[in-house]
Amino acid sequence: MSTKLKAADIVIVGLGWTGGILAKELADTGLKIVVLERGKPRETNPDFMYPNVHDELKYAQRHELMQDVSRETLTFRNNSNQTALPMRQLGSFLPGEGVGGAGVHWNGVTWRWLPWDHEPEKMTLARYGKSAIPEGMQLQDWGVSYDELEPYYDKFEYLCGVAGKAGNLAGNKIDGGNVFEGSRKREYPNPPMIQSHPGALFEKAARTLGYHPFPGPSANMSQPYVNPDGVAFGACHYCGYCERFGCEVNAKASAHFTVIPLAAAKKNVEIRTDSRVMKVNLDAAQKRAESVTYLDAAGREFEQPGDLVIMAAYALGNVHLMLLSGIGKPYDPTTGTGVVGRNYAYQIGSGANVFFDEKTWMNPFMGAGALSMNIDDFNTGSFDHLKEGFIGGGGISTPSAGGRPIGFRPVPPETPAWGTDWKRAVVRHYNHTLAVINQGSVMSYRQNYLDLDPTYRDGYGRPLMRMTFDFQENEQKQANFIADICVKIGQAMGGERVVRRGAPQRYSIVPYQSTHNTGGAVMGTDPTKSALNPFSQSWDVSNVFVTGACAFPQNAGKNPTGPVGALALRTADSIKRYLKNPGPLAPA
Amino acid sequence: MIVALVDTLIPKDDVGPGGVEVGVPIFIDHELAGAYGRGARMFLNGPFSEGTPQQGYQLPLPPADLYRVGIADLNAWCAKTRGGKTFDQLSTADRTAALKALEAGQAEFAQIPSRTFFSMLLQNTMEGYFADPMYGGNRNSAVWTMIGFPGAIGMYADVLEQYRNKQYVVAPQSIEDLS
Repeated sequence: MSTKLKAADIVIVGLGWTGGILAKELADTGLKIVVLERGKPRETNPDFMYPNVHDELKYAQRHELMQDVSRETLTFRNNSNQTALPMRQLGSFLPGEGVGGAGVHWNGVTWRWLPWDHEPEKMTLARYGKSAIPEGMQLQDWGVSYDELEPYYDKFEYLCGVAGKAGNLAGNKIDGGNVFEGSRKREYPNPPMIQSHPGALFEKAARTLGYHPFPGPSANMSQPYVNPDGVAFGACHYCGYCERFGCEVNAKASAHFTVIPLAAAKKNVEIRTDSRVMKVNLDAAQKRAESVTYLDAAGREFEQPGDLVIMAAYALGNVHLMLLSGIGKPYDPTTGTGVVGRNYAYQIGSGANVFFDEKTWMNPFMGAGALSMNIDDFNTGSFDHLKEGFIGGGGISTPSAGGRPIGFRPVPPETPAWGTDWKRAVVRHYNHTLAVINQGSVMSYRQNYLDLDPTYRDGYGRPLMRMTFDFQENEQKQANFIADICVKIGQAMGGERVVRRGAPQRYSIVPYQSTHNTGGAVMGTDPTKSALNPFSQSWDVSNVFVTGACAFPQNAGKNPTGPVGALALRTADSIKRYLKNPGPLAPA
Repeated sequence: MIVALVDTLIPKDDVGPGGVEVGVPIFIDHELAGAYGRGARMFLNGPFSEGTPQQGYQLPLPPADLYRVGIADLNAWCAKTRGGKTFDQLSTADRTAALKALEAGQAEFAQIPSRTFFSMLLQNTMEGYFADPMYGGNRNSAVWTMIGFPGAIGMYADVLEQYRNKQYVVAPQSIEDLS
């Protein structure tokens, strides 16, 4: 029995970075906005107070801030010949739950993706021709170029107080910044963070090899900061409890203390937590969203009507909700038709562990989520990747994100996993080891996709989403090529021993890799290949807009939160245009 | 039984404290008796099938039940292959050999895959050994002292640069120490 509520003008599903940005930006319209968040309310005080938040077991191992898979999960298989089985506990990726979403427990790495990442098809065709694209790879452009997104990247960086150094200011290449980045109109709002010893070693080695090292763009504050909205941030303590934790001093940008309180302060914005959306209800012609059905904390069902629905859940959650609601045609890999679930992608990792002598001290516990040194010399579009036999690339870095000992215990590969020899190796290497890692791009393929599982249901009786995904040869070649570069850097650092980590044979949902899932509801200019038009609007149901990394047609060699934030800000502008004259913003 | 298992995985030796001496069995008891042990954040709806290694844990058992079944299987397997003795009755060398067989997936358990039990046991043992002492293991932060981890302190903005490539020695502090 559903209780029908008074209509709102705008209903937003999910209150993380994108939902928070949309609520704040659209609040100025004066329209009635209802935001539905499945999780609980959260504030820095009392939820992330020191010293209690420095608890590795609770947050990093038991996933306090993350999606509860006993209620909502997905099924997984490597290919369509297998039977998908549920992800029964979190592993490979960690979606958030509660106010602020995954943006509470992120590291704060805030990239602009490279120009190539926004227009890979156009750039590949121009440079190499059509024959360069492997069979089954569904390379697609966003329908929005880097230059069009630049003002929004800029706005998001200033919102978040990103620390960094420009490498391409209005076309002028600057040594010490990322010379491979797209042209930016102004510097980062904050200077780079203090570099760790591992970062300093990386920088020196990369320079020796002729590469172009630069400090990673970090939404961990390098100094106290007030953003253009007047929100104050504390300076980072380099405590090493960032990824999977909340920050006790608001030194890590998060929606929960920036855009969300600003939206919540407006009379026309109402936030309802513990409100779990089940479905978006369409009209009989399936052309218009009329309302959203959700359950409150007591399990009571409500129907919230609205003129406009914005999907702002995690990437995977948005795609699941579209499939459950019939928004857009589901993708069928056998015929290649349909768009919802198409072009799901992930990232691929490789690299090198570098073991040093006992006189070299890394102090791995001193760190910050986004503290790193990087090179983009082998990232997407920076080099002649086709000469190496693949399309794409990866960001290479040495991060200093915090060496918390349940998760960080580097030992040489021949070391046993327990016993006295294991313990001796942990003590020997804990403070004398670093990693050089590749965050590798993954292109989208015909056979990697999302749909509804035919067998398994969640705690609410809805079909689980089914993920069918595996790494392809193109990505494995890339990861192996870049692993060799990582080894070279490790050797140039002066490591006693450098252990190469090559490409994984198969994708596994078990070990943590990255919470960088992309695609499934991608944007583009062709309605037969994209679920959304270039303005983040559903091609099929024009009063539904969808935000987040589900809109990215393929994955890049960089963390996705920068483009997620930028795109949400652009979507807010698109919606403001839509509100003046509701209807499709792009001709189908 | 848990004491015997933990003592085999992390013995007391010249390198540093043993798992038993710093309270890891108490940690495991607490964890299994609470939300984690009951599988509070696991998806345990059927149907169940074995799946591939890439698909991860697929048993219908929350951790506390996996231990119960796993320990029964382990003792039955030890009795069968090691002269009627349960695991805790074995010599140190035999315990080590038995756990190596589990780790390699070579022990034929009656009910569950031996490696699945072993990997959860090893994971929880490491968690208890390295976690904050308030959970019952890592007593007196002895394990953090052993590796040189300062614990929950986390105030390094003023020392990061100064201690580049230098040893940073402080007595580790736990959440309770700082509260």
